Amino acid sequence: MESLFQRSAGYNLKLAFLCILSITLMTVDHRFNHLRFIRSLLSDAIYPIEYLVNVPSTVMDTVAENAKTQTMLRHQVERLQSENQAFKVQQQRMDMLIAENKRLRQLLGSAERLQHQVLIAELLSIDLDPFRQQVRVNKGTSSGVYIGQPVIDASGIMGQITEVSSLSSMALLISDPSHAIPVELVRNGLRSIAEGTGQSDQLSLLYLPQNADVRVGDRIISSGLGGIFPRGYPVAVIHEIQYPPAQPFAMVYARPTALLDRSREVLLIAVQKKLSAAETESPEKTRLAPKVDAVD
Amino acid sequence: MLPLPDWARPFRPDWVTLVAIYWAMATPRLFGMAFAWIVGLILDVSQGTLLGQHALGLVLITYIITLQYQRIRIAPLGQQALIVTALLILKQTIVLWANGLVNRLPEHPLIFYAPCLFGLFLWPWIFIILRDIRRRFSIT
Repeated sequence: MESLFQRSAGYNLKLAFLCILSITLMTVDHRFNHLRFIRSLLSDAIYPIEYLVNVPSTVMDTVAENAKTQTMLRHQVERLQSENQAFKVQQQRMDMLIAENKRLRQLLGSAERLQHQVLIAELLSIDLDPFRQQVRVNKGTSSGVYIGQPVIDASGIMGQITEVSSLSSMALLISDPSHAIPVELVRNGLRSIAEGTGQSDQLSLLYLPQNADVRVGDRIISSGLGGIFPRGYPVAVIHEIQYPPAQPFAMVYARPTALLDRSREVLLIAVQKKLSAAETESPEKTRLAPKVDAVD
Repeated sequence: MLPLPDWARPFRPDWVTLVAIYWAMATPRLFGMAFAWIVGLILDVSQGTLLGQHALGLVLITYIITLQYQRIRIAPLGQQALIVTALLILKQTIVLWANGLVNRLPEHPLIFYAPCLFGLFLWPWIFIILRDIRRRFSIT
């Protein structure tokens, strides 16, 4: 039986030790990449918990699916059929355009565009740090996911993978303040960088001069310059432009086309070209490098 | 960890810390600082934060409780809730500092403290529920 009022000096020592350990961990985690292994190991260890947490929403989905009436299902089938019809018609035109594009490229002697393989993953509905824009998906290294892999949904680019473990991985969304993606305007090819703002419905475009040809409603696609995101995927639509006097750059805000806060299923694109240098460096750059503020 | 609608996310109470505070207070010999540190580390991994920031906060809180648990334990529930809120604020501040050091400050630092307020109202319920669990399984 320990005495009730025992107060050992061991506590202070333990506190000091654990504090120093935590601070060292934080520093190492922030500055270097040595902890990636430990992190992925630990996140494998807690994957069962995450899976369990995910169960209620999965069950709810299944129940909702089963509870649909026949008429609802029939409507859905009709809608899907008509959509499918429309897609088929578009596909016919696309086939022709692809063939024509190929021929023109051959004439120009430029390299063929790479075909991208996609992997469908589901979001684990787990609440993460509410002040960072990131999601956890249920595919990991065992499915070939790698760090820096672009994540898209049906309507646009969502983000990139920043951490992988064998069964799940973490994706940083394009709306996170530490994320930036090289983009260009569809209308005139004007290049810029779209940086996250921390709100899931807003990106800000950097380094566009006051007299740049930008209009509200312009569509933005990825320019592929960073080496991570493939070229030509839709990123956002410009919805607000401000011209603050006495500043060299306009403030341009855009709304991401991907449903960052609503998509349940995401696609991971495997860029076949092996970007050995970019693969090891660039994701860290976008994740860790302090963002470059517009000159003011 | 439960998913919440978008508007409610910053206000999500800090369940893990609340439960950790209870166990540190009720069974200081079982739930020591080392255990708190491991729990914090798991929290860091699952939330994708910097490894060690939640761990540091939890260790500090547990340290204070280990020194003072005899006093906190006999305080009335209302007072206890206030003490718990103070501890939660301490932990949030540490997390906020860690975030600030690596340039991940939220837009409104004040909202960052909202979970502490919720802790104030939640504490009595957590206390009663966990005490019943503890008595049922007679953990001391």
